Order: sequence, then structure tokens, then C-alpha cells
Amino acid sequence: MASTEARDWPPSAATEQGTSIMNKRTLLVALAALAAAGYYYLGSGGGGGGKVAPGTPAVVFDTGGKFDKSFNEGIYNGAEKFKKETGQAYGEFEITNEAQREQALRNFADQGYSPIVAAGFAQAAALGKVAAEYPNTKFAIIDDASITLPNVQSIVFKEEEGSYLVGILAAMASKTGKVGFVGGMDIPLIRKFACGYVQGVKATNPAATVFQNMTGDTGAAWNDPVKGGELTKAQIAQGADVIYHAAGGTGVGVLQAAADNGALGIGVDSNQNGLHPGKVLTSMLKRVDVAVYNVMTSAKDGSFKAGTTSLGLAQDGVGYAMDDNNKALISPPMTAAVDQAKAAIVAGTLQVHDYMADEKCPVQ
Amino acid sequence: MKAKTHGELPAYVDLVLIPATNLVVALLVAGLVVLIIGENPLTALGLLLKGALGSVRGWSYMLYYATNFTFTGLAVAVAFHAGLFNIGGEGQAYVAGLGAAVAGLGLEFLPWPIALVLGIVAAMAMGALWGFIPGYLQARRGSHIVITTIMFNFIAASLMVYLINNWFRPAGRMAVESREITHIALINLRDAGAALGLALPPSPLNATVFLAGLAAWATWYLLWRTRLGYEIRSVGANPEAAVYGGIKLQRIIMITMAISGALAGLMAVNEVLGVHHRLILEFAGGAGFVGIAVALMGRSHPVGVVLAALLFGLLYQGGAELSFAKPAITRDMIVVIQGLVILFMGALEQAFRPLLASLFFEPEKA
Amino acid sequence: MDNPSVRHEKRPGGDAPPAVELIGIDKRFGPVHANRNVSLAIGKGSIHGIIGENGAGKSTLMSILFGFYAADAGEIRVNGRKVDIKSSGDAIAQGIGMVHQHFMLVEPFSVLENVVLGAEGGALIGPALGRARSVLERLARDYELDVDPDAIVGTLPVGLQQRVEILKALFKGADVLILDEPTGVLTPNEADHLFHILRGLRDQGKTVIIITHKLNEIMAVTDRVSVMRRGELVATVDTKDTSAAALAELMVGRSVLLEVEKGEGHPGATVLAVDHLTWHDGKGVARVRDVSFTVRAGEIVGIAGVSGNGQSELLDLIAGLKRPSQGQILLDGQEIGHLADPARLRELGVAHVPEDRQARGLIMTFEECESAILGWHNDPALGSSLWLDRERVQNRAKADMQAFDVRPQDCHLKSAKFSGGNQQKIVLAREIGRDPKLLIVGQPTRGVDVGAIEFIHRRLIELRDQGKAILLVSVELDEIRSLSDRILVMFAGEIMGERAPETDERELGLLMAGVRPGDKPEAA
Repeated sequence: MASTEARDWPPSAATEQGTSIMNKRTLLVALAALAAAGYYYLGSGGGGGGKVAPGTPAVVFDTGGKFDKSFNEGIYNGAEKFKKETGQAYGEFEITNEAQREQALRNFADQGYSPIVAAGFAQAAALGKVAAEYPNTKFAIIDDASITLPNVQSIVFKEEEGSYLVGILAAMASKTGKVGFVGGMDIPLIRKFACGYVQGVKATNPAATVFQNMTGDTGAAWNDPVKGGELTKAQIAQGADVIYHAAGGTGVGVLQAAADNGALGIGVDSNQNGLHPGKVLTSMLKRVDVAVYNVMTSAKDGSFKAGTTSLGLAQDGVGYAMDDNNKALISPPMTAAVDQAKAAIVAGTLQVHDYMADEKCPVQ
Repeated sequence: MKAKTHGELPAYVDLVLIPATNLVVALLVAGLVVLIIGENPLTALGLLLKGALGSVRGWSYMLYYATNFTFTGLAVAVAFHAGLFNIGGEGQAYVAGLGAAVAGLGLEFLPWPIALVLGIVAAMAMGALWGFIPGYLQARRGSHIVITTIMFNFIAASLMVYLINNWFRPAGRMAVESREITHIALINLRDAGAALGLALPPSPLNATVFLAGLAAWATWYLLWRTRLGYEIRSVGANPEAAVYGGIKLQRIIMITMAISGALAGLMAVNEVLGVHHRLILEFAGGAGFVGIAVALMGRSHPVGVVLAALLFGLLYQGGAELSFAKPAITRDMIVVIQGLVILFMGALEQAFRPLLASLFFEPEKA
Repeated sequence: MDNPSVRHEKRPGGDAPPAVELIGIDKRFGPVHANRNVSLAIGKGSIHGIIGENGAGKSTLMSILFGFYAADAGEIRVNGRKVDIKSSGDAIAQGIGMVHQHFMLVEPFSVLENVVLGAEGGALIGPALGRARSVLERLARDYELDVDPDAIVGTLPVGLQQRVEILKALFKGADVLILDEPTGVLTPNEADHLFHILRGLRDQGKTVIIITHKLNEIMAVTDRVSVMRRGELVATVDTKDTSAAALAELMVGRSVLLEVEKGEGHPGATVLAVDHLTWHDGKGVARVRDVSFTVRAGEIVGIAGVSGNGQSELLDLIAGLKRPSQGQILLDGQEIGHLADPARLRELGVAHVPEDRQARGLIMTFEECESAILGWHNDPALGSSLWLDRERVQNRAKADMQAFDVRPQDCHLKSAKFSGGNQQKIVLAREIGRDPKLLIVGQPTRGVDVGAIEFIHRRLIELRDQGKAILLVSVELDEIRSLSDRILVMFAGEIMGERAPETDERELGLLMAGVRPGDKPEAA
């Protein structure tokens, strides 16, 4: 840059010296020097560029992080179970921003990991791209069925079926005839939960009222227990006495508020009955852990298949949780009603409407 | 008393010694944190640097991040020059995605170069609009720009979720994102390399990186070579003197915020037309906020912004590779390390000056 | 106690050691040699003036004494004992107090709270306040420093605020009081009262050091005076043995023309006519009331008055920075008041040298060549429609600098790096240089050194002789009287009357205090 231009470098009112701009240039030089030092120190080894043993699985968690007490944690549990049983270590990465999805998948593929499990539908676009680049690597994605590649297994769940069952239980447990639903982020997947739930409630008690609230429109809605608690209290104030959540970390607040205010909560994804024993009616189980475990096991024994796997009641991919914590809350007639509905769904005589099929819910 | 000796230090102290000291201290403290969790800090530093600078892919990712940070950093910097603290780069970039996506999806009947230019213009226009409204509210209604731009980030987030969900998302698609934009795209560097016979690794780096360079130059030119830039800087440096000089404050506030928003909006060009080729949820991913740190560190000068953006790109890419190679160093640890660098290089930039100055001045007396 | 090896040429305090003695003080700021081997003894119970142009090193010297800077060499003695003053706390402990030019007061606090600030004592402020109240009452009695201890400082006039500063220093046990440019913000009457107080302090045995560049004050109040020039102490003399002219010569190293040579004016057509102009501030208070006057081509009309009586607002109204509430402003018969557009007014030929060059006239962080086009940055001669041509901007700035002898002649230097006088020249050059019809000037020589004052005064007279209409506002009555062809006196937003420049200073002073001829003088 010419010297006259350099005159203009001192920029803002807040600074005194143009030289501070030069600092940054120097800084880069210093960084480069440090980089060289780093190379020297490391020699050729170390770093992330090495290869792993064939058949080492990897998991890419979504932005929620692997300890979200919900979806990602389910995936983590499945991978841990596999590790414990087989002694096989696995690679893992937690996403911080959009660009890292592709980066992480590609990094794992580069290093020879297979299968690579992507947690969550948000990874679909990245996975589709990377999977096409590495046809010899096995990929699996949970909660998405949009990719059709010969090396990708897509696993989705029939959440509407599990939600239908807990809807029946909610309607029967409710004394007021009013029940609630608190969703996390307002996306079709969560409306799918809500829709199945409402169908179950209305099938049991057509006169019942279902309050529905979504926590928010952004990713933060998955991790806002305070707001979840507030929504729950508001629903209780309107008369609801059973509240089902599909809200990830936000749900912790939902269950807490329900327990504190004399209502019953319904957990989601994993068994949350034990969070407030006797105050959680049941939990809608979504066995992502099983899905991940199955993917890893099948890859190990050679039975890995590409294509879409849809896990419903018939496959025990969804269900409702029964344990000592909620035994007293579920009466024999309730068990009977749920078992009957489950059998009908498995047999195909009862169809629970899937919101995602047409983005509509037949009942509200 | 040493405060008065500012500027009298030998030039190389300002240019080399102080930044180097700050960097070393930042790295030492970060190293201590790494040590506490039981990892070797030198290995970690090596991995971080190697992750960003040790391969073509590392460089590509670093430049990709730097592209975003340059846009958002310039946006904050321009507003700084008018004395405005634009916290809304995040929302402006996000809403700008709307312009890019509408052009990308809706202008398929036009030849692609024209559609591409219109896409860039549309992104800037939407960003400008999202900056202009808080500017207008500040200028005409006295609503503080910091508050309004924060609010507009929230409004942008809700608005975009609604629009992507209800307008852009193809029926039956689970992910909240638009269909793919196939008509226009800024060429990916890998594809460009392939066309030239170079085998480059895949990365999100695309031609927008040149747009970032151009934007930095244009920002510099605007601020120091145009009458408008003179007015913007006058308003920021001394509003009273600016009014005395016949400059219309309200007008400059609104124009500057629109320019700031347009610069932030260019980030959407990178993300929507350059990387994802679709409108996705929260693609800004915090870059709007990083832009504030970048502008501060870059002393609001385009050259400084570019260099600070590169440093942040390095930290982002190197940090990702580090947590990839060392799962014990989680992504939260990376944020801590990034924060320490901001703290020492930016906020505490002058902290060691008195110490260094005393080293230079005391011996003469002794 | 006394060190016999040190010789004092003169001891105004008799045989007692000097209250303060500076020996061989030397201080550099990089290339600037601010104090060169300065030695000075200040006798106990005297008023000692230190005079010099801006940048002569007098403030630096006092800052060293008060612990703001450390001297590179030399020593300080208080009452004959060598002391080590590293901070203002050390200075206060040695009985040295300082009243700064810009007051260090917490405006929302009461007088009492301000006085105890920095000497609160324990965790609870109550006992300190009670003690302070009685001390304050005693000080007020002893030194005629009456201030209501419960008044909120921000509501007090500057004269009283300064009194609070003095009380603060005395409360902390100051025996030596340093005052930096104490009269800069005061009315003549307030200044007189200050001098009275200072004499009282001296008579009670306190030592007073006044830093100033106003010769008449030195002559009026000091016992001894030291003159500084370019970092050196060039002379220390008894005030009664010298004269203002002699001191001025010492200050600048040459004779200074204090009286402006001014020929007979030849006023022409009316350029500016202000007609029943009224302006209300945001609270609805009329700050300019029904003001009417004219300024003709080729004359200087001076507006005298104590600051804060509507002069600033009047300037702003004419410059288009404020919109009149009522009345008209006519430029060559054309109404311009409603425009309220400084840029448009510049095009019409109204140049404005603002009262505060640092707050308004220049942008201190800008290079000189950028400050030098403020207000004229849309001049088509400086580039094309959107761009500014750097070369043309610099050429204009350089030409202006040459014409007005601005030093240093480096237009890339930051505006803040120029001395007060040179900054003022930069503003004047910019405003005069574009050939205006009307020049409105506020405080043209405030904080400007003697050499520059002379230069600026000559320029204004020249401009008048070229047929420009000039409206001059200044709180320096001498300046108004020596430059103006007619004097208007403003008080409380109103024009109290018009007088000829030869009018007796006392009569103008009464008008400035709001006393019309025929009113009882006691009303002041």
C-alpha cells in the first residue's frame, strides 16, 4: 500500500495510533512463526490426519451436544453400549456451526472411520454431499429419510405412534379433561409428536381439550427449561393436569413445573420417569440408542443395509415407559387400553396419522 | 505518569513487542487451562495451528470463516466510524439470506450471471433494510441503536423461522431449509481448482472470499476517499463538530446503518449462494457477534478487520481440528481459548504497555 | 533543618525556608523538552505568579510539583526539606493543594460531599460530614469563602464552584495552593472577588501559586512573578518592580503589540439584520429575548457579556445551528433564520468561527488537512460529486497553513497535536479563506498565546477593512473594546445597550451585570 494511504490507517476516534493496525500484520507473522515451531515440535506424527483401524465407527452429534438429556444423549448411550460390549472405541465430534457438519463428516471419512453416524435431520444435506464423495464408507443418519445413496442408512421413527399411546394414557389419567403439550422448537417433527398425541387423547375422550405450546423458533428452544416451566404453569392454570413434552432440555423444566404444581408430566425420547418418581405419568420412548447400536453392530457383522428403516411400535423403536416409578399411576384399565391400541397399530388396523405426510393434523 | 510516555516508545515495541507479548500471555493462560484438564498445551497449540495452517484444507476453512468475519467485522466497523454500535450484524446477515434465496430460487428465468449479481444486490438490500430500520428509529425516534439492533436480531430469528418453515421448505422435507438453489452459485474453490487441473480438497471456500477482499477495499475507499465517508467519520469522531460543519446527523445515522447492514448482508451471499446453496436455519451461526470482536481488534480499519478476521478464522478452524483430534478438549474449551485470545489481544491490548515502557525508560535513570 | 549548601538569592518570607523550592527540574516528553533545569523558590505567605505562553512549560512544572509527572532530574523541597512526590496523594500530604482549570467536582453531590471526597475517613460518611461542616464554617469565616454546604455543586455558578475547589484543597490541609488559569471561566467581578480571597489566604500565611497567561492578573494580584519561555525560567522578579509590557516582552522574547492598531472604519450596506429574535430552549426558557441589531459591511460589532447570557445561542442561531422561536435573521435582506442549515448558510457566505474550537471547530482525531475542510467538504473544488480528491484537499490545507503561519506546517498531523493558537488559526483560515460576506466569531483568542492573539486580531481588522461584516463575541472585554467599532452588551438573553468602544470599562461592566443606567448600582 502506498504511503499516502498508510496515512489513513489510524481509523477511529477510539484509537490513538495507526500502528495498532500494523500489530495485526505482525501478529500473523508471529503466528506463522509459531506454526513453524508447532511443526517442528510435532514432527510428522500427531495431528488429526492419521488413519484409524478399519471398521472404527464415529458419531457426529448435533449442536445440542451429547449430554442434552435427550436425543443426542440417546445416541451417545447407544454408542457407549456398543463400545462396552465390543471394546471397540469410536470417534466423536460435537458440531458448533453449520460449516462444521460437512467438515466433521469428511474428517471422519478421510481417516477411515466407518460407519459414520450423523445425529439429527439437520445433517442431511451435509451427509448427502459427503456420502457421495466416499462411496466405500458406510453412513447412517437418524431422523431423516431424504437421502437415497447405496452407502447410507436412514433411520426414522414413527413418533406419532408412541405419542398416540401416551395420549391415551394422558386422557385417561386426566381428571379435568384438559391436557397439555409443550414442544421445543416449532418444526414439523415436533408437530408430528403433537399430532400423534392429540389423536390418542381425542380417540379416548373426544371432549378433551389439548393445550399446545411451542417454546420457540430457534435452536435455543431445545434448551430453555425456564420457559418450558412457565408454559407448563400457564397450561396448568388453564386446567391441564397432564402435560407431555417434546422439547429436549427444555422438558426438564416442563416435568419440574408439572411435579411442583400437582400435575403429571410425560417424558420423551428416553425414560424420564425417574426424574420425579410418582409425578411422571410415563415417557414416550424413542429408541435412538437402539438405532445407533444396531447400525454399529450391523456394520461390524456385515449386515449393514442402505435404505430407510422406519422404526415404529412394531419394531420396538417407539413405545411408552413402565417402571417402578409410575407403576401406581397406570391403572389396569389404562394398561389394557394402551395394549389394545398398540396391538391394533402393529396389526395395521389402526392408522395414526403422520403429520409430516401432508403437514396437516386431522384433530386439534 | 507513564501514561504520558505513549507514542514515545521505539516503533518496534508497538509493532512487534506488545502484540507478541499479548499473544504469548494469551497462549500461556490458555495453555494453563489445557494443562488443568490434563492435556499437553504444546501439543494442543501445535494441533490448533496445524489444523488451520498445516494443510490446504485447513487454509481453505480458515479463509472461509474469515470471509464471514470480514463481512460482519466491516459492518460493525463502518457503524463504529459513525459512533454507532451495531449489535445487529447477526440479524442483518440472517435476513439478507432472504434476498439471496429469493433471487436464487426465483430468478431462474434470467441468465445466471445476471441472477447472481441480483442475488448479491438483493442480499445487500435486505441487510441494508434490516440495518436501516434501527437507524431510522435512532435518528427520528431516539430509540437507542444497541437496544433496537438486539431486538431486530430476535425479530429476524423468528421471522426467518416462520418464512423458511412456511414459504421455503418443500413439503415433506424434515429439515427446516429451502430447496436447493441450483441456478446460481459462487464457484467453489475446489471446483475452480479442478477446472485448472489442481486437485484441491473439498471445503466451503468459494469465490465470495474475493468479494470479502473487495468489500474491505470498498469500505476503506468509502470512509477515506468519499465525501460521504468524511461525513460518517466526522459524525463518529465529534457529532457536535459535524453539525457545526453542516452535516445532517440523522441522515448519516440512517445511511451508515444501511451500509453496515448491507455489509453484514454479504455474509448471506457466502452462506446461501456459496456454501449451502439453500436457505437454512440460523446460517449466521454467531458470525454477526464475532464481527464485533473482529472490528474491535481490527481497530475498525478494513485492513485490521481483515487481519483480525483471519485470526478468528484460524481460531475457529484450528479449534475444530483440535477438538477433533483431542476429544478431551471439548468445543467449550475451544470457546474458552478463543475468549482468552480476544481478551488479551483486544480488550487488554494495552495492559502490558506500562510494564514494557518501564523496561525502556527506567534503565536510563539507573 | 535548612541545608546550608543551597543558596537562596532572595527570600521573600524572611529567614524562614521557602514554602516550596524546585531545584534543577528537568523533564522531557520524547523530543519535547518541557522543563529545562528550572530552579524556583516560592516564599511562604506570598502570591507567586507563573506566566508564559501556551506550551512554555508552566503547567508541566506545576504538575511535577503536584505529583502528576515525575521529573527526569532535579529535586523538590517543601519548607526546606527534600521530599519525594510521586503522586498527588504525596503532594497533599506535603500540604500542597491544586485547583485545576477544569474543576474536579462531582456535580450531583453537595458542596459538603465534594469537600470530603478523598478524605472520607472510615466506612461511614456521617462523622466525616459532620466534621467537615464545622471545618467548612471555620474556613468560610477565616477566608471569606462563603458557600452553602448543602447546595448541589452542579447548580452553582462557576465562581462558586471554584470556591468549592479551593475549600477542598484547604480542607485537606493545603498550605500551598496552586491555581491553574483560575480566571478563565470567571466574570470580571468574580475574578476580582477571587483575587480578594487569594490576598486573604496570603495574609493568613498561606502560599499561593497562580499559573496564567493573563498579564493584567499577574499585575493585579501577585507579589512575585516568574516568566517561563520554551521550558526555561527566564526571570523571577517582584511584581512591583515590573510592568505588563516588560513581562510580555519576556514571555515572547520580543515586544508584543498589545493595543491593536486600527484605522477608522468605513461601514457600508447592512449585511446582517437580526430582527426581534427570540429562542426558547428545550425547557421553554427564553435564552435569547427579542434581540435586534445590524452588522454592516466593513465593521466589527462586538457582543460583550459574561458567558452564559445568550451569546452562544445567538451565534448558533445566526450560524443555522438552532432554529429561531420568533423573529427573523436577514442576510442581505433575505430571511435565513428558517433555514437552520449550516451547510446552506456557508454557501450563502456566512462563515463561523465557533466559540469552542476543540468541541466544534476541529475534529481532534482527524488529520489537520481533514479538519481544514470541515463544513466545506462538499465544495465542488475539492473533488468530484461523490469523491474527495486527496491532493486538492491537501493543497488547500497547505495553502491555508502557509497563509496563516500555522506551525508545524504538516497537514498530516492530528488536529489535536497543534497548540491552541495554531488550532485557532486553522479554523480562522478555513472560515475566512472562502471569502465570506459575514463572519461570526466566538472567543477568537480563548486559550491562545500572545503571539497568536496579535496575529488573529490583525487578521480580523484586515478583514474588516476589506469590507466584510464581522460579528464578534468574546468574554475578554479588552478584546471587544480594542477590535469593535460598536459594542452590544448582552445580559440574560437581552441586548442591554449599544456603546462605543471608548466607553469606560466600568460602565460596560455594569451593563454586563444587568444594571442599566439609572438603575441602582447595588442591584449588581
